[in-house]
Amino acid sequence: MSGFGGFVLRRGIGTVITLLAISVIVYVVFFVTPGNVAQITCGPRCSPEQVHQVAQQLRLDDPLYLRYWHFLQGILVGQDYSTGTSVEHCSAPCLGLSYQGDQQVTQLILTKLPVSLSLVFGAMVLWLILGVGTGVLSAWRRGRFTERLLTGITLAGVATPVFVIGLVLMIVVCGQLQLLPFPQYVSLTDDPEQWAWNLLLPWLSLALIEAAAFARLTRASMLETLAEDHIRTFRAYGVGERSIIGRHALRGAFAPIIALNANNVGSAVGGAVLTETLFGLPGIGQELVHAVNVVDLPVVVGMVLVVGFFVVIANAVADVLYAVADRRVVLV
Amino acid sequence: MSSVDGSMDVLVDGSADALVEVTDLTVGFGSLRAVDGLSFRLEKGAALGLVGESGSGKSTVASALLGLHRGTGADVGGSVRVAGVDVQEASDADLGRLRGGKAAMVFQDPLSSLDPYYAIGDQIAEVYRVHARVSRRAARARAVEVLDRVGIPDAVRRSRSRPHEFSGGMRQRALIAMALACEPDLLIADEPTTALDVTVQAQILDLLHTLRQETGMGLLLVTHDVGVAAESVDEILVMRHGRAVEHGPVGTVLGAPTARYTQDLLGAVPRVDARRTLSETSTETSSEASSAAPEVVLEATGLRREFGRGKRAFAAVDDVSLTVHRGETLGIVGESGSGKTTLGRMLVGLLKPTAGEIKPGGGVRPDVQMVFQDPVSSLNPRRSVGESIADPLRARGERDEEGIRGRVRELLERVGLEGAHYDRYPHEFSGGQRQRVGIARALAADPRVIVCDEPVSALDVTTQAQVVALLGELQRELGLALVFVAHDLAVVRQVSDRVAVMRRGRIVEQGPADEVYDSPQDPYTKQLLAAVPALDPEVAAQRRAARRELATA
Repeated sequence: MSGFGGFVLRRGIGTVITLLAISVIVYVVFFVTPGNVAQITCGPRCSPEQVHQVAQQLRLDDPLYLRYWHFLQGILVGQDYSTGTSVEHCSAPCLGLSYQGDQQVTQLILTKLPVSLSLVFGAMVLWLILGVGTGVLSAWRRGRFTERLLTGITLAGVATPVFVIGLVLMIVVCGQLQLLPFPQYVSLTDDPEQWAWNLLLPWLSLALIEAAAFARLTRASMLETLAEDHIRTFRAYGVGERSIIGRHALRGAFAPIIALNANNVGSAVGGAVLTETLFGLPGIGQELVHAVNVVDLPVVVGMVLVVGFFVVIANAVADVLYAVADRRVVLV
Repeated sequence: MSSVDGSMDVLVDGSADALVEVTDLTVGFGSLRAVDGLSFRLEKGAALGLVGESGSGKSTVASALLGLHRGTGADVGGSVRVAGVDVQEASDADLGRLRGGKAAMVFQDPLSSLDPYYAIGDQIAEVYRVHARVSRRAARARAVEVLDRVGIPDAVRRSRSRPHEFSGGMRQRALIAMALACEPDLLIADEPTTALDVTVQAQILDLLHTLRQETGMGLLLVTHDVGVAAESVDEILVMRHGRAVEHGPVGTVLGAPTARYTQDLLGAVPRVDARRTLSETSTETSSEASSAAPEVVLEATGLRREFGRGKRAFAAVDDVSLTVHRGETLGIVGESGSGKTTLGRMLVGLLKPTAGEIKPGGGVRPDVQMVFQDPVSSLNPRRSVGESIADPLRARGERDEEGIRGRVRELLERVGLEGAHYDRYPHEFSGGQRQRVGIARALAADPRVIVCDEPVSALDVTTQAQVVALLGELQRELGLALVFVAHDLAVVRQVSDRVAVMRRGRIVEQGPADEVYDSPQDPYTKQLLAAVPALDPEVAAQRRAARRELATA
C-alpha cells in the first residue's frame, strides 16, 4: 500500500485502535475510582432500595468486561434500554444513555459538538492571523524596539489566564462600552450573523492566549531559518529583506506552526472549558467536566472519544499539510 | 597558461578598470581580527585564488567583497571596490544591484545554500527578477536556459525539482547557474567543490573553466585545497591569520614558494603521485613480518549489507572480501555512496552483515576499534575527554578509578596531548586535538585493528599531516593494523600498504598501493586518479585535456 490511499487507510486503522484504547482506559479508571455511582446518580435522598434498583437498571453490578462488551455492542448494532416504564431503542452508533436524565449520549454529543467546533475553529482563524502576524513582525524588526515591545506583549499573553482576559473583555466591551450584548450561543444554522457576533468575544479571548504561543514559535523558527545558509545565498544575490522574510524565512516556520496548531485545535475541542464556562457556551468541555463530577460514565466515555477523535484527526491533517508544505516529507 | 589570460595583458595597465580592488581591508568580529590589512587587485577577466587553512580569513574576504558584513556588527575597515562600486560607501540599493548583478557568489555547501522549499528554477528566476525587469515567465525561461548551460540534463523538467531531488554535483551546478543568470563580471566561488566527490569536483572545475573562457568573467576562488586552486586560477594569494603571506602567479607560488608558511603548507599536502614516505621505517618491520608470514588479524569474506526491505532493498555493500594483516594499513577509497563507511562499520561490529562473515585471524577474537570522521560530533560535548576515553575501559569492566585515570593519562600523552587534559571538555580543543582524543579512545581497549573512517577529512592539511604521522607512529610501536577509509586518494596513498577501491558496494580493484596508483587496471580507478587535482598548473591543464578525452571517448 502506498500513496495517499494507503496513508488514509493506515491512519484510519490507527485511529480506531487509539479510540478503542482510550475507551478501555476510561472504563478501567471509572471502575477503580472509589465512590458509589448508584448513590450519586440516584441522589442523596434515595433509599437503599432505590439505590439498588438504580444500580440494577444501570447494570452497575455487571463485571467490567461485560459492561464494556455492551458498550461495544451499542456502537456496532445499537442497544435497547429499559427506563423502568418503557423500552427505548438507541440505534447503531450508540454510545449508551446518560445516567442522568436518560438522554442518549450520541444525541447529547450532536447538540454540544457544534458549539465547541464553532468556538475552536473561529478562534483558530484568529489565533493564526494574530499569532503568525505578530511573529513575522517581530522577526522582521528583530533587535529593535518593536520586537521588544511585541515580545513583552506576547509574554504577558502567555502568562495571563483566559478567564482574566475574557472577563476584562466582557466587562469593557459589553458592560462599559455596550458595543456588544453579553454573549449567548446562537446556532450557525439559525442565524449566521448573530452566531458570529455572539462568538466574537469568546473567539477573541481564546485566540489572544493561543496567539501568544504562535507568535513566539513563529519568531523563533523564523530567526532560526534566517541564520541558515540559503538565506545568505539570497542576500548575496541582492534579494530584498521583504522577500527574504515573507518568502524564505516564513516558509521555514510552517512545519512547527502546523504541528502546534494541530495540537491546539485537537485539545481545544474538549479543553476550552474555561472559555465555555465564562461565556456560557454549552460545549463539550463544560459537559465533560459536569459528567465527570457526577460519575456519568457513558457521557464521559462518549465525550472523551469525540475529543480523542479530533486530536487524532487534527494530527493526521497536520501530517498531510507537512507533506504539502515540504516536499521532502513522505507520508507513511 | 590558459587562453583566458590573453585578455589580461591588455588590461593590466588600466588600473582604473580593475574588477576588484581591495586596499588595507580589515574585518573584526569583536576582539578577533579575521582579516588584517589585506590588499589585492583583480583585473577584468582574471582569476585569483585565495588559499589558506581554516581561520585564515579567506571566506571573510569573499563576504566583504559583496558587503555581506553590513548590519552584522562586524567591524570593517579599509576600502573595497568591486566593478566600480565602493562596497563600503554604496547605498543599500546600489549594493543590492552589485550582489548577483555584477558579482555573484557560489557557496560551499550546495545542499544548504538553496532553499529546500522552492523549485530550483523558481529560485533562480527570483534572483534574476531582482536584477532584470522581466515577467515571471521570462525569468523562468532564463532559469531553464542557464540550467541547461551548466549541463543539467532535461533542464525544463529538472528546473521544477526541489534541491533534495538533485545530487551534490547537480546542486553545485544549479548554484553556478544562479550565478550566471545575471551575467556578472565577477564570480566569487567560496570552496565550491569541498563537499563534492573528486570526479564531480573535476567536472565542476572544468565547467568553471569553460564558462570563464566563454563569458570572460573574472574569478575569485576561495579554497583550502591548493590543488583546486592550481587547476583554476592564474594568481594565488596565500593567507594566514588574516594577512597575505605570499602573492604571485600560480606557477611561481606553487613551484618555488618563498614564504616559509607556503613551503610548510605545500609540504603537508599529500600527493597522489608520490610513493609512501612513511614506510621507510615500517618496511623493515613489514619485511620482517613478511618473512615470517604476516599474521592475519581480520578476515572478511563475502560481506553483504542491505538496507531497506522488499522492493526498496538495496545492497550498500555487496560481496566484499578482504584480509588485514598485523602491522599493515589497508586503505579503502571510494566516493560517497560507495559503501566504504558501511563496510567499516561492519568490520567494527557496529552493523551486522546481511551475508558473509568476519573472522578474527588465529581463532582469537580481535579487538577492533574505530576512529570517526567528525571529531566534533563523535565526542559527547557534556563529558570531559578523560571520561570519553575511559568509556572503553569501563565497558571492559574495570572499576579501579585510580587505575583508569592513570591509564587515560598515559593514553592522552601517547597521542601527543597532556595528561592534565583529563578534565577538559571537547570544545576546549582544536579539531586536530579532538581527533587525537578520538584516537586515544580507540586505543584504550588495546585493539589489534583500528578502523579509521575519514579520520582526517575534517582537518586542515598541516593538522592532517600531524594526525597521519601519529597514526603511523602508533602503528609501528604497537603493531596495530589500520583500515583507513577515505575519499581522498592522496591521503590514502600516503598511509596505505595495500589499497582497495570501492564503487557501488563492490571492490573494483585491490592490491599493493604503488601498483594500484601507478598502473591502475580498472577503468573506474583510472577515472578517479585522472580527477585528482594536480599541484602543477601545467600538469593540471594536461589532466583537463585528458579528462575531456575520457569524457568524449
